[in-house]
Amino acid sequence: MTQLYSLVSLFFLLNLTSSFAADMRLAVTTSFHNSGLSDVLLPELKKDLDLDVHLLVVGTGQAMKLGRAGDVDAILVHSKKAEEEFVQQGYGAYRREIMFNDFVLIGPVADPAQAATQKHAASAFSAIEKARKLFVSRGDDSGTSRKEITLWKKAGLEPAEFSASWYRAAGAGMGATLNTASAMDAYVFADRASWLNFKNKGNLKIIFEGDPILFNQYSFIPINTARHPHTKHDLAVKLENWLVSEKAQTMIANYKIAGEQLFTPNAKTH
Amino acid sequence: MNDLTEGLVAAFKLVITMDSDLIEISLRSLQVTMSAVVIAAIVGLPFGAWLSVTRFRFRRIAIAILNAMMGLPPVVVGLIVYILLSRSGPFGVFNLLFTPTAMIIAQVIIVTPIIASLSHQGLRDLWFNYHDLLISLNTTKWQRMKALLWDGRRSLITALLTGFGRAIGEIGAIMIVGGNIDHLTRVLTTAIALEVGRGDFPLALGLGFILITLAIIINLAIHILSRTEREGRW
Amino acid sequence: MVTSIFPLQVRNACIKKSGTQIIGPIDLELLGEGCTVVIGPNGSGKTSLLRLMHGLEKTSQGIVKWNVPQAQAYASQCFVFQTPVIMRRSVRENIAYPLIIRGERKKIAMKEADKWIENVGLESSAENNAPVLSGGERQKLAVARALITNPKILFLDEPTTNLDGASTKEIERLVSQAQAAGTRIVMATHDFGQARRLGTDILFMYHGRIHETSKAGDFFPTPKTAEAKAFLAGEIVL
Repeated sequence: MTQLYSLVSLFFLLNLTSSFAADMRLAVTTSFHNSGLSDVLLPELKKDLDLDVHLLVVGTGQAMKLGRAGDVDAILVHSKKAEEEFVQQGYGAYRREIMFNDFVLIGPVADPAQAATQKHAASAFSAIEKARKLFVSRGDDSGTSRKEITLWKKAGLEPAEFSASWYRAAGAGMGATLNTASAMDAYVFADRASWLNFKNKGNLKIIFEGDPILFNQYSFIPINTARHPHTKHDLAVKLENWLVSEKAQTMIANYKIAGEQLFTPNAKTH
Repeated sequence: MNDLTEGLVAAFKLVITMDSDLIEISLRSLQVTMSAVVIAAIVGLPFGAWLSVTRFRFRRIAIAILNAMMGLPPVVVGLIVYILLSRSGPFGVFNLLFTPTAMIIAQVIIVTPIIASLSHQGLRDLWFNYHDLLISLNTTKWQRMKALLWDGRRSLITALLTGFGRAIGEIGAIMIVGGNIDHLTRVLTTAIALEVGRGDFPLALGLGFILITLAIIINLAIHILSRTEREGRW
Repeated sequence: MVTSIFPLQVRNACIKKSGTQIIGPIDLELLGEGCTVVIGPNGSGKTSLLRLMHGLEKTSQGIVKWNVPQAQAYASQCFVFQTPVIMRRSVRENIAYPLIIRGERKKIAMKEADKWIENVGLESSAENNAPVLSGGERQKLAVARALITNPKILFLDEPTTNLDGASTKEIERLVSQAQAAGTRIVMATHDFGQARRLGTDILFMYHGRIHETSKAGDFFPTPKTAEAKAFLAGEIVL
């Protein structure tokens, strides 16, 4: 029995470790994290600023909820309309554009709906609907999901009326949604970074890309201290300045997977 | 099948190379779970004993509710704890969200009903046996609880190990209140979820096998240390 | 001057379980001397009477009153059950238990327990896990455990019903020893040989009531009631 107690106390003691570097919380979208870019940026950041950035990887919706509640110090998301609303409502101090990439339409290699031959993203979507081929959607009110809905609407279609026989709303993050699409051999709408870094591609490939409408902007929003005075605004600004610095922007531009660049930095220096 | 073998290989590689991340999240898993089980035991075991020796008006309903709470959905518990600990919530000032402490709190809520209910069920028969004697000896309620808890300790171990099993494999609650933050609140189960999300099934499986092995080792250790299944009658 | 717990007064007491009357009404007065044996046919309520007097059963009417406050009365009695209740610990720990719960220091309690272990002849099993004892050994443990606190009154509910001759003799020896040391004995039995051997006065139970009371010397040669006569003649008394 005494050995048991000493084992247990040992684990209690391990609870007491703490780091002494400055730290802050940043909510980022799954699309950003799955790209693997944060694994490259965070260590450099730590070296330069001695700052521990604790990443909470959640959907855009949850990121904004965390921001509204004041549970994080800043957010990094990719949904312009929602971001502007967030700032307007006083939760975010302002939005600072950091980098962009694009969305792509993924699908089975055989492309049964012949979406690849279409001229525009909206018509590619239209083709899938017409052929009623399996399509897996994030369905979770994320930046990616909202963009997808926009495209359906552009094609004159209403996703809420789609039959579950071909349109599957997963209600999940990017990774889980990609897994589902891979298992079902279905079409899926994703950001390029998540796709390139995804390790379970199965029988899928990029079917459609390049339409300007697929532009995907990532922005950094510190939480407004007027709303939540306890948030670490100065650290958030430090992080922001580092992200828009030449060094970070170059690192972002140089980040490649299988020779392909994932993000294009576009921060405007004031 | 290929994924399974790849998973075993991944697990083997991680363990052989003593991967530092693996050690870190494994220790954290154990630390969070063991702390939660200890606290849940301090609350749950005496409560289970008390429930065995006390008669009160709503006893049957109380026991039924306690048993039902064993099935509390972890993700709902996590959500409620999150709302309570959020900066916008009643306990936000303690700044506990996204820390291992928040994870321990959530797991204590999940595990305590399990330990209380199972210890009560395990001690109930013993109380039936001891009832006349302990009342005849004019014992206090506290003395009765102590006698049950000590003499019935073998069945209590089952309660503790069940609680431990539930906690070590739990993910719903700790994902929400912990945030799966790298080097801070990431544990084996949340890391597995992460790797699944990345599509890296072999790695996820590898971590899964390690988690299972860890649970087995702990169970064996407890049984050996308490010399169960070895002595004569019970 | 310490007040005696006696007399015990039982007035108009009944035990009712789910509407059925188990025993009662019972009227008796118990003084501090002797060995009262409660005998009667099976189902006549012997066990219930003992449990009533000891306080293990609550009366649905009437009173059970000792000469001292309840707390003191409860601390001065012990009970030996027909099937001994053995705690899942060693023999020594079992016997020492009543002292430990009264706040006695562990070392002293264990020493006392050892004395009693010797008295009842359980030396060879002192360290053993009590549940492995045989029936006779268990009952000896129960008697030792009951007497270790030096109670003013000892209840025994058919203690030797399930035991062999040798164990029965041992138990009877211990009861006599306790009685000689001044402990009041109240014992239920359906063995009237035992009643004759040990009893100073007899309570004959029939259909849940005390049907006849007399001194042992009078009861066996000349029982007063017809049922008692029939019982002593070995008939089945309904």
